[in-house]
Amino acid sequence: MKKVMQAFIVVMAAAFALVGTSSYLNSSNGYSGADALTVYNWGDYIDPELVSKFERETGIRVVYETFDSNEAMLTKIAHGGTSFDIVIPSDYAINKMKAEGMLVPLDHSKIPNLKYIDSRFLDLPFDYGNEYSVPYFWGTMGIIYNPEIVEGRDFTSWSALWDEGLGGEILLVDSAREVIGIGLVSLGYSLNETDTGHLQEAHGKLCELAPNVKAIVGDEIKMLLANEEAAVGVVWSGDAAIIMDENDKLDYVIPSEGSMVWFDNIVIPTTARNVEGAHLFINFMLDPENAAQNTEYVAYSTPNAAALEYLPEEITGDARFYPGPDVTDNLEVLINLGKRMLGYYNELFLEFKMHRRRA
Amino acid sequence: MQYRTRNMYLMPYAAWIALFVIAPIALIAYYSMFDIDGALTLANYRRFFTPVYLSMAVRSFWYAFLITMFSLLVAYPTAYLLTKTRHKQLWLVLIIMPSWMNLLLKAYAFIGMFGTYGPVNALLSAVGIGTRQILFTEFSFIFVAVYIFIPFMILPIFNALDELNPSLVAAARDLGASGWDTFRRVVFPLTISGVKSGCRAVFIPALSLFMITRLIAGNRVITLGTAIEQHFLVTQDWGMGSTIAVFLVIAMGLIMALTGSGEGGKQHAR
Repeated sequence: MKKVMQAFIVVMAAAFALVGTSSYLNSSNGYSGADALTVYNWGDYIDPELVSKFERETGIRVVYETFDSNEAMLTKIAHGGTSFDIVIPSDYAINKMKAEGMLVPLDHSKIPNLKYIDSRFLDLPFDYGNEYSVPYFWGTMGIIYNPEIVEGRDFTSWSALWDEGLGGEILLVDSAREVIGIGLVSLGYSLNETDTGHLQEAHGKLCELAPNVKAIVGDEIKMLLANEEAAVGVVWSGDAAIIMDENDKLDYVIPSEGSMVWFDNIVIPTTARNVEGAHLFINFMLDPENAAQNTEYVAYSTPNAAALEYLPEEITGDARFYPGPDVTDNLEVLINLGKRMLGYYNELFLEFKMHRRRA
Repeated sequence: MQYRTRNMYLMPYAAWIALFVIAPIALIAYYSMFDIDGALTLANYRRFFTPVYLSMAVRSFWYAFLITMFSLLVAYPTAYLLTKTRHKQLWLVLIIMPSWMNLLLKAYAFIGMFGTYGPVNALLSAVGIGTRQILFTEFSFIFVAVYIFIPFMILPIFNALDELNPSLVAAARDLGASGWDTFRRVVFPLTISGVKSGCRAVFIPALSLFMITRLIAGNRVITLGTAIEQHFLVTQDWGMGSTIAVFLVIAMGLIMALTGSGEGGKQHAR
């Protein structure tokens, strides 16, 4: 019995030591106050030189932390104990953060550089009037394909996916809104459709696509497409850029009927201790020259119209990533449709997945 | 006095069971009574008995059955040969070693191996069969699942076979039983408890597999595990996710009862 007791004590002591170390580690990563700024961003999503430049210009020390999904970011902030001054979430996450009162309204008088942002990318449904957010990078959803395999098909229309010659060649992302969205947009409906009749119709249309679908996968889609496991994939433009970087045979296109558009945006969460510095940082990032430098580093599409002048023609002239107004007019931002509607989308998506097997 | 000290030593275990066994099951049952808007209802249970979820359940059972069957078919002879080898423990460790590796890592390795340009297809085209679609098929799903679960099948069967008194086999042969008769009437019945606990250790987790349904089967195989994952992570319909979980708990309970947990207990007591 004595031995059991000893073992028990050792385990308890070890557990307490671990708890102590982890809380020490957690507390040590948030210097805060007027001379520091904690930025919480996606990994490798800012030019580090710009961070140093900001530190030199303002004398504010930047602490940079990263997350790998909006969900992880939301959980960490909601959990408390953090002191992030700047966060860069995607559009739908901003909806949630707004609803839960996690954001500080922006003082537009302290962000004069906001005027450089293309008006197409301001005043969007997830944050009308840009009360809480400023767009950082944006992109679309489209079709990436291997011209060598698909022989002359160009995918300028979503209906090209239904081509009988593409049996088992398409990869889709495991996400209900995106996949049901393909059905909706090909029928000419809105991506934020809430009419159950139209949604059923889209589901029916998708079931006809089933024989062409090779697999519905997650993040692996990048690796699979780059390795030419499939000829066609429906992906976000950010992923498309990464895939094409690895395999330059592939091409990306935004079908003409329209598509989704996504935004990553700079916001100030209520955990901020240096709201003043956060505004300085936002304004700094919106400066055309800085935005251009950042765009060259990150290689996503910048919403900063003035920055385009500082970028080489080969970047800004690429209509796949900088489409003209004729294309952007047909793009839609996904709106938060509420839990009940999302549940309905998911049910249809689940049925589509089940249907696939019989096909 | 002594009685009271003993009770005190039981406290951590009782707390553990209350916190990590009883509380979660109670919470799942509790959540299953709420719909997506948080209203108290039994609608989730009604929804489970619609064709979508029922056929999903039937398929989950079918795949779990196939996985268990193939695991058993491979594991029994393997375990039998293991007991005949000179360095049993070494071989056993070698067989169990892959299960120390992270599941995700193994799944990714299989994506590479089964891919269109992977080594398996290279071999197939080298021997003249030609490139086949292996990844994202039911075959690859069952193959990988069997690979993952096989150590859990081999261990209990190996233990049962190892315990078997060899003189019983010798006696059967002396009395004129053929090799097959000896196996069918002596060896197999005496090791049935190992087979049972092996089947349980494979069938129950196989029933709610989810990650490799996407990674290896590309969502061509949809199990109840997939649906639970989607309801909890995407839809945030915890009620429906919990309802499916409740059905899985009930199904597993039934399986335990049917395969007789008493004999399994003896196995573990070893």
